[in-house]
Amino acid sequence: MDFMVFQYPMITVQACLDGILLGILFALIAYGMALQWGVMNIINIAQGDLVILGGYIAYFMYLYGIHPAWGVIVAPVIMYFLGVLIYKLVINKVVDRDLFISILATFGISILFMQLMNFAFGADVVLANSDYGTTMLFNNNVVLPNSKLFSAFISILFAICLVIYMKKSKLGRAIRATAQNARAAKILGVDTEKVYAATFGINAALCGVAGALISITFTIHPYMGLPYTIRSFMIVIVAGLGNLPGVAMSGMGLGVFEEFADYILGTEFRIGSVFLLLVLILVYRRFKLSRKREYLK
Amino acid sequence: MNKNNLILYSGILIFGLIAPFLFPAFKVQLSILCVLIVLATTWNIQGGEMGYNSFGNILFYGLGMYLCASVQVGMFFPLAEWTESGGEKTFVHTPTQFFQGMAVGLVVAAIVPTIIAGLIGYSILGLRGHYFAICTLGLGVAAGEISGGIEIIGAGQGFTTPPFPDVGSLEARGEFFYFLSFFTLILTFIAVRSIYSTRFKLILNAIRDNEDKAEAMGIETMKYKIIGWMISAFFCGLAGGIMGGLVGYIDSTDVAFDGREMGVFMVLMAILGGKGTLWGPIIGATIFHIFKEGFWTFFLGWQYVALGVLIVVIVIYFPEGIMGWLREKYPERFGEVVDEKDRKAQVELK
Repeated sequence: MDFMVFQYPMITVQACLDGILLGILFALIAYGMALQWGVMNIINIAQGDLVILGGYIAYFMYLYGIHPAWGVIVAPVIMYFLGVLIYKLVINKVVDRDLFISILATFGISILFMQLMNFAFGADVVLANSDYGTTMLFNNNVVLPNSKLFSAFISILFAICLVIYMKKSKLGRAIRATAQNARAAKILGVDTEKVYAATFGINAALCGVAGALISITFTIHPYMGLPYTIRSFMIVIVAGLGNLPGVAMSGMGLGVFEEFADYILGTEFRIGSVFLLLVLILVYRRFKLSRKREYLK
Repeated sequence: MNKNNLILYSGILIFGLIAPFLFPAFKVQLSILCVLIVLATTWNIQGGEMGYNSFGNILFYGLGMYLCASVQVGMFFPLAEWTESGGEKTFVHTPTQFFQGMAVGLVVAAIVPTIIAGLIGYSILGLRGHYFAICTLGLGVAAGEISGGIEIIGAGQGFTTPPFPDVGSLEARGEFFYFLSFFTLILTFIAVRSIYSTRFKLILNAIRDNEDKAEAMGIETMKYKIIGWMISAFFCGLAGGIMGGLVGYIDSTDVAFDGREMGVFMVLMAILGGKGTLWGPIIGATIFHIFKEGFWTFFLGWQYVALGVLIVVIVIYFPEGIMGWLREKYPERFGEVVDEKDRKAQVELK
C-alpha cells in the first residue's frame, strides 16, 4: 500500500493524464467489441489476442527498419482480412447458436493465437520504439511521452472516421440495419452473411490499430491478450451497447482507475484489480437489474 | 439392467483397486485422471444440469490447493518461514505429522470453498448466461493474479507442498495419492449419482430449461442454484487439495488458478463427454486425458495449439458430446427413460 498519490498532487495529475490517454485506447478496442456484440450477438474472447497480434505487426515493421507508426495503416489492413478469415472458418458456425458456444469457441481461438504468437515471436516482452520524445508539463513534474499523445490522437481519429462511415456509407447502413433486426434486414435484401463478415473484419481492424498503438506506447507480450478482452467487455457493459460517448467515458474512467490501482496497490495487483472490478461491476449490475425487476412486478 | 449395472460398477471398482499394481508406471497419470473426472463431473452439476456455464470452478480448485498445503505446513511449522525458504528442507514432516496435516488440510480445503461459494453465490448466480460465464472467468483470473501477490503463500515464486515422508517404500507416495484420489472419485460418483436420482436434479434441470418458469412454479431457484454451486465447490476444493500434494509445487497462475489449462479442461471434458449426463463427463475426461497425454508427449510445445483447435472443433462440430451422439444413435439403450405412466399421459394429451 502506498498513499504517495494523495500527498503529492503532481502524481495524481500524472496518473489521471496517463489513465485518460490509456483509456482512449481501451475505448477503441471496446468500440469493436460493442460493434460485433451488437450486430452478431457474439462475445469475442479472442479480442485481446487480435490486439496483441496487431501490436506484433507494428513491432515487426520496427524490426525491419520501418517506423512503427506506419503500423497504424498496415495492421488494420492485414487484420481485416484475418478477421474475415476467422469469421469464415469459425464464427459463422456459431453466430446463431447458444452464447456460451461462441464464448467457448473464441476462447479456443484465443488459446490458439496465444500459442502461435508465442512460437512466432517468442515469449519476451517487447515494444516498438517510436523515438517521439517526451513532453514535460508543470515544471517537469509531469512526464508525458509524445507517443501516448500520438496514440490517443490516432485512436480518436479512427473512431471518428468509423462513426462517420457507419452513418454515411451503404455498408454502414446495412450493418446498423442488421444490428436492429437481422431477419427484417434479410427480407429487405441485405446480405447478412456479408455484413457479419465485414463487421468481424472491421472489429479485427480496430483491434489491429489499437494493437499497433499499444506496441508503440506500452509493451506487448503473447499472453497479455485476456486483460484487454476483459477491459473491453467491462467498458461495453458499463456504457451499454450503441452508446459511443458512454464507451469513450467509461474507457477513460477505466484507464484512470487502473493507473490509481497501480500507484496505490502496486503493479503486481494491477491486472487482478481489473478482473475484480469486472466482478464488482457485474454484481452491482445484477442487483440494480433485480431491483428494477421487482419494481416491474 | 440393474444386474448389468452391478457388474459394471464392481468391474470398475476392481479395476480401480488393482490398477496401480497392474500399471505401476502410470500411477501419477491415473491419479490425475481421477482428479480430472472429479472436476468434470462436478462442473457438470452446475454447467450441464443447471445450465450455468462457469469458467470459475478453478477458483475453488486453486483455493483448495492453497488451503490444504497451508494447513498441512501451518499446523506444525511457521508458514512464512516455510515459504521463504522456498522448499529447502529446513523443516521435515514426520509421517504422522504429514498424514495428520493432510487429513485436516483436505477437510479445510473442502469446507472453506463450499462456504465461499455459498457466500458469493447470491451475488454471482443472479447473473444470467454469458454475464455469468465472463464473471466467473474474471473471478478465476483475479484469484490467480491476487494470490500471486501475497507473500505468505509464496507470491510469485511458488509454494512447495510438504514432501512425502519416508515410510520405507519408494512406491508408497504414488500409491497413497492414487488411492486418495480414487476414493475421492468414488465418493464423488456416489454423491452425484444419488443427487441425480432425487427431485433436486429435476429442479436443476427446470432451472436450465426455463428459469423464470421454474420460479413461477414456486421453486426457490436461487436457493437451489447456490446449493448446486456449493456441491461443485466442495468437490473442486477436495480435488485441488489432492492435486496440490500430487504435483508437489503450487504456483499461483500455472498450477493453482490455471484458468487457461484446468479451468478450460473441466468445461471441455464435460462437453466432450456430453453435458447433462452422469457418464458423459467421466467418458469425456478419460478420452481427453489419454488424448492430452499423448499430445503432450509427442508434440511437446504444440500442445496449446492442439488444445485451441480441439476446443473449436469440439464446440462447433460436437457440442452434444459422446453421450449425446450415442443417445441419438441408440435411443433405446441410452435415451432418457420415460415412465410408462408418463408416456400414457402424454399419449392421452395428444
